[in-house]
Amino acid sequence: MAILETKNLSISFGGLKAVDNFNISIEKGQLYGLIGPNGAGKTTVFNLLTGVYKPTEGRVLLDGTDITGKSTISISKAGVARTFQNIRLFKNMSVLDNVKVGLHNQEKYSTFSGILKLPSYFRKEAIMDKKAMELLEVFDLQKESGYLASNLPYGKQRKLEIARALATNPKLLLLDEPAAGMNPNETAELMDTIRFVLKEFDMTILLIEHDMRLVSGICEKLTVLNFGQVLAQGNTSEVLNDPQVITAYLGE
Amino acid sequence: MDKEKTKIVSRFGRVSPKLSTKNDLITFGLVIAIFVVIQILIATGSLSSLWQGLLVPLCTYVILAVSLNLTVGILGELSLGHAGFMCVGAFTGAFFSLYTESAIPSAWIRFPLALIIGGLSAALFGALIGVTVLRLRGDYLAIVTLAFGEIIKNIVNVLYVGKDSSGLHFSNVNMTALNMKPDGEILINGPQGISGTPMDSSFTIGIILILVTLFVTINLIHSRTGRAIMAIRDNRIAAESLGIDITRYKLIAFIISAFFAGTAGVLYAHNLSTLTALPKNFGYNMSIIILVFVVLGGIGNIRGSIIAAVVLTALPEILRELSDYRMLIYAIVLILMMLFTSSPKAIALRERFSVRRLIDKIKSRKETV
Amino acid sequence: MDFITYLVTGISLGSIYAIIALGYTMVYGIAKMLNFAHGDIIMVGGYVSFVMTSSMGLPPLLSILGSMLICTILGMTIERFAYRPLREAAPLAVLITAIGISYLLQNLALLIFGASPKSFSSVVSVPALKLAGGKLTITGETIVTIAASVVIMVGMTIFIKKSKAGRAMLAVSEDKGAAQLMGVNVNRTIALTFAIGSSLAAVAGVLLCSAFPTLTPYSGAMPGIKAFVAAVFGGIGSVPGAMLGGILLGVIENLSKAYISSQMADAIVFGVLIIVLLVKPTGILGKKITEKV
Repeated sequence: MAILETKNLSISFGGLKAVDNFNISIEKGQLYGLIGPNGAGKTTVFNLLTGVYKPTEGRVLLDGTDITGKSTISISKAGVARTFQNIRLFKNMSVLDNVKVGLHNQEKYSTFSGILKLPSYFRKEAIMDKKAMELLEVFDLQKESGYLASNLPYGKQRKLEIARALATNPKLLLLDEPAAGMNPNETAELMDTIRFVLKEFDMTILLIEHDMRLVSGICEKLTVLNFGQVLAQGNTSEVLNDPQVITAYLGE
Repeated sequence: MDKEKTKIVSRFGRVSPKLSTKNDLITFGLVIAIFVVIQILIATGSLSSLWQGLLVPLCTYVILAVSLNLTVGILGELSLGHAGFMCVGAFTGAFFSLYTESAIPSAWIRFPLALIIGGLSAALFGALIGVTVLRLRGDYLAIVTLAFGEIIKNIVNVLYVGKDSSGLHFSNVNMTALNMKPDGEILINGPQGISGTPMDSSFTIGIILILVTLFVTINLIHSRTGRAIMAIRDNRIAAESLGIDITRYKLIAFIISAFFAGTAGVLYAHNLSTLTALPKNFGYNMSIIILVFVVLGGIGNIRGSIIAAVVLTALPEILRELSDYRMLIYAIVLILMMLFTSSPKAIALRERFSVRRLIDKIKSRKETV
Repeated sequence: MDFITYLVTGISLGSIYAIIALGYTMVYGIAKMLNFAHGDIIMVGGYVSFVMTSSMGLPPLLSILGSMLICTILGMTIERFAYRPLREAAPLAVLITAIGISYLLQNLALLIFGASPKSFSSVVSVPALKLAGGKLTITGETIVTIAASVVIMVGMTIFIKKSKAGRAMLAVSEDKGAAQLMGVNVNRTIALTFAIGSSLAAVAGVLLCSAFPTLTPYSGAMPGIKAFVAAVFGGIGSVPGAMLGGILLGVIENLSKAYISSQMADAIVFGVLIIVLLVKPTGILGKKITEKV
């Protein structure tokens, strides 16, 4: 059963079809890449998958369930987590708290309990602290847990965003240009981290990326998007050698 | 405590959670210390009656500042109608006290009830207004809350309520339209407001209310709900992507903020023999004064709100001669405060010359020696 | 006949709102901020004109020009020193600063001129018009106000469409970064926006005081807020929207004052704002803005 399947997913803005008949099928445990020139519509696809935009046509199925047109909040609860092209951390909160916000729907207690500091507050907070620290350790961020998130260096901020997304215990993780702004060393480290996450968290990952080293290094399958349409789809090596794909990136 | 963890730059005075338990105790301790000091001053007769008269209003302003900081600093939304909630609380609380004065003669029972009723009415308005406006963009939200504050004040001024042996009478025209029997008593007299409210407020009760407000606010901030609210403030889109119900949590913050503004209103109302809704005590002037307290104390800084409210209320009395210039000074300080804390250039300048940097410089020089 | 009188007065009041709203809408659309102090510039305009006419004895036209000049300088100074440093900061910061400026202006005026209302002699020398056999009187002030607002609206529309500076303003309102890359001097464009807005506020101030002849330091605040309501009503960022919103709001307010009560008129005006923001937040003529994720 495919974790993610879209059927003829499309969206138009005014008269412009930004995404046209997007079809994809991602199996559980796959590391799937979505590539294409700038402006091809990749982030728009992410926005469609996460409910930020409502599609004008087509369907999205998550693990068999139709999530087309649902709100971002319910899609998150259904098990889709994402990171953003421009890192969206909670700048005025600590590193640990950023992850704990990710745990919001995993460990719950009422506002009432929180205000009156009832036993459930202490119990759940302890669980959250433990889970959050464990996640930070995966990304080697545990020493900075008390830091303000905005004080972390760029590369660690990216990692924190991924940690926070994982805290929601998702079925599908969407990473939007995770290697943006990273040097080759950081990118290599990120590749290891993503591989680790895929294995240890039993995760399915769809990522948007421009860095071809990362794409060819870790992605099993690719979809190439150009002008909102699927240009090529298949195994990474086949797709990257496809003459149409090369033309799209490099021009005629 | 790990030195690394104390390396926290807080803009707007926000503090990392690890540090906070000690911090919170300091805040509570501060309030209790103020209480003790004032009581000593009263007991030794060192506090003039002028100052004693300021004590309850002082408590009112502290509660208003802390509750507004919940909306502005923790939720991150600019509300310019806070005085409106105070107004609702004041009038419902005073009305209740007057109406039940004979039925519940004991102030010990009646006043807490008045406080709760005032708070809940304000909370109800908070819910209604919140549901309406919290999805609006920041600037619009500011104007709409201001609008609501004015609407509430206007409506209260055309409200006539009277009680006689056949029950309650309402009118929005004038006294005589109430058509009451000769034994009727006017409770709310339009622009002349409510007179004869039992003077149940006291400094002690004010301090207790402040402590309750602090308890709820601080615990809220440290809870899962508080984190959700702050996440919405810092990045609404990211919060949504993590499955946080934006509307719900915005409402929770707004409603709790309104509730305490309402209780502050009740406290205020039971300290006056006549309660009227004038522009200067319930209009946007008041809302802005409270905003000044919040900004000066540090947006998001609860203890700062307390200190700012106390200092800025007490200071004009100390500087009697400057009282004409009070609002002018507020305005100038507000502008300078915003420029120095928020302008990117000023922030960069502060980081370059911060004390910590200096210490690091000295340390690194020592290490190379 | 009464109805027509109220209607006409409402249109006149609305024209003043329209002129003020234009300043708001331009600043909001181009500098992306709500200039809370705009209403108080109106008040400054009124006082400057008052000083020039009564103390300095200048003829009305000169005092209007003088008022416009002073307000323009004031508006540009405020923008340069209080708003520009915060352009990249959180919107909350600049909004609070604007509130501070508003208070500063009000309290300076209070200190300089005192709280007692100054009586303003109308700058309008156009005689009143009597129609319908003497049953309907349109005051000279009304005629001038409506005429002025029409001229200003047409002038602004032409300016924005045809002139280089005007098109630069449009560019900055669409995309500041892109405009800068295209060679538009963003700082100068925004300064110009404030200049125009402030001089319009001065005109509005003079017209307002001619129609309602008492002037206090607080005279600008309420009309300012109502004009903002008008700008939102008509569609923020839209010049014709400001006109439409202003006139409609003036009419609604005046009819409410006449037929319901003057107390509730304010509440009704604000009620309009709330309803608009709930039903069509972009206003009657406004455009929808999407947020980039």
